[in-house]
Amino acid sequence: MRDFVSERAKIIPPSGIRRFFDLAGKMEDVISLGVGEPDYTTPWHICEAAITSIEQGNTSYTSNTGMEPLRRELSGFLKERYNTPYDPFSEMIITTGVSEALDIAIRAVINPGDEALVVDPIYVSYGPCITLAGGKPVLMPCLEKDHFRLTPDVLMEHISPQSKILILNFPNNPSGAVMREKDLKGIADVVIDHDLLILSDEVYAELTYEGRHCATASIDGLWERTVTLSGFSKAFAMTGWRLGYLCAPPEITAAALKIHQYIMLSAPTMAQYGALEALRHGQEPMEQMVREYHMRRNLFVDGLNRIGLPCHLPEGAFYAFPSIEKTGLTDQEFAERLITEAGVAVVPGSVFGSAGEGHVRCAYAVSRQDLSEAVSRMGNFISGL
Amino acid sequence: MDDTDRTLLSLLEEDCTTPVHDLAVMLECTDDEIISRKKNLEKEGLIRKYAAVVNWEAVECGIVYAIIELKVAPEREWGYDRIAERIARFPNVRSLRLRTGTHDLELLVTGKDMQDIARFVSEQIAPMDRIRETATHLIMKTYKENGVLYVEREETKRLTYSF
Repeated sequence: MRDFVSERAKIIPPSGIRRFFDLAGKMEDVISLGVGEPDYTTPWHICEAAITSIEQGNTSYTSNTGMEPLRRELSGFLKERYNTPYDPFSEMIITTGVSEALDIAIRAVINPGDEALVVDPIYVSYGPCITLAGGKPVLMPCLEKDHFRLTPDVLMEHISPQSKILILNFPNNPSGAVMREKDLKGIADVVIDHDLLILSDEVYAELTYEGRHCATASIDGLWERTVTLSGFSKAFAMTGWRLGYLCAPPEITAAALKIHQYIMLSAPTMAQYGALEALRHGQEPMEQMVREYHMRRNLFVDGLNRIGLPCHLPEGAFYAFPSIEKTGLTDQEFAERLITEAGVAVVPGSVFGSAGEGHVRCAYAVSRQDLSEAVSRMGNFISGL
Repeated sequence: MDDTDRTLLSLLEEDCTTPVHDLAVMLECTDDEIISRKKNLEKEGLIRKYAAVVNWEAVECGIVYAIIELKVAPEREWGYDRIAERIARFPNVRSLRLRTGTHDLELLVTGKDMQDIARFVSEQIAPMDRIRETATHLIMKTYKENGVLYVEREETKRLTYSF
């Protein structure tokens, strides 16, 4: 029989955490800091809205771009909260998670051979999506000494005549780094000088602890060269609902919409009703969750530093990214031994890019009791090395 | 009373055994500041007590709970306060509220059994001067108390790892 698997599928790397799943499966009493999602269930009023929509028989497709009331509400939310105005009719698509938004954005703008500049460390799907679109990912290390932010110098070093897009993800998964207004202004000049387009994944925007999140598209001269990607998963604890959005200037939105309508048609209808409720009445519960994450961050980062795992203060998302170099182990060895010997699951930093080596990603989206227990187990593990 | 005090109260209400240092780290202040804020809140009577929320139904020690509603004729000058304070002195009265609606006072009382509750109502409460009417409702099952769920729910299944 022929080998039916395509070359493109073959060059996509397998999941960097598959073997850890196997390890975790054999363990009992594991505290998992390895999950990239809120520990909260979706606020009940959002669930009610979705249930009611089903009861009322709203189970058909919506417009390709998403329900009009949702787009209108989202447009108001983005303008008011982040000063990023997007027209709900020509500059916005409701997608099936941010993952789909990212995929269609990349496919809408990348030609074979184009280079995509990607911050490193970063969430794992960017590289493969670029490769699948025929582009070439170029990783730009964002180092701890720069608080894991992208600096204009690092960006300049990696630009070539083939560079077309720059992918940002701040607040960052896995480092929790945030680009403040002055940092974004610093790279805006380089982006404009080299005529680049930014794909800015801001799914953790609402989870920003030191002041309000600064949206890439809110910087002077960047709105017209930014595709904003975000969603409801993190801020409203709606990961399983698979609902995100893409906002961009009209010509890019129109191109992405063509792809979206062929591969997805429309985002799940009941999830859109839930998202509408989230935007209308979900901000108070969201702020409460953010305050809780803020306190957990303080507690956990203090604990890590106390047990001898140096950790910069992550200003956003719900990840701490401590250095484990002092232990003499690689991040892979550390993560493997930590789960088997201490029952704490963390993700090795190197799966997020080579700049993540020597670190582990710990999601503090777990209860404070579990965080304290995890710190205690990690402390015992380190002192036993 | 500032935002830090309010957050401190919420944290203590949620878990009053949280170590002082943890509270200090979470609220971005010093251990000493937490100690002094706690003392002030206690002194001002805003923190009334540090206690465990016990699910006595699960302990199965034979305690019966009932809600008793009372219609009360208020006193000139005192309103409902004096009669409420008298009722509150009974140790089996766990909570007591003045409320709107068909009745005035609402009590949560405990007893060894139904007869015990009935005796309390008929012998202690109903004969009081200003009580006009009583309505007793036995508690059959508690689902949530003080913000804590009493019913066991299947834990939400999350993956151990995800990106």
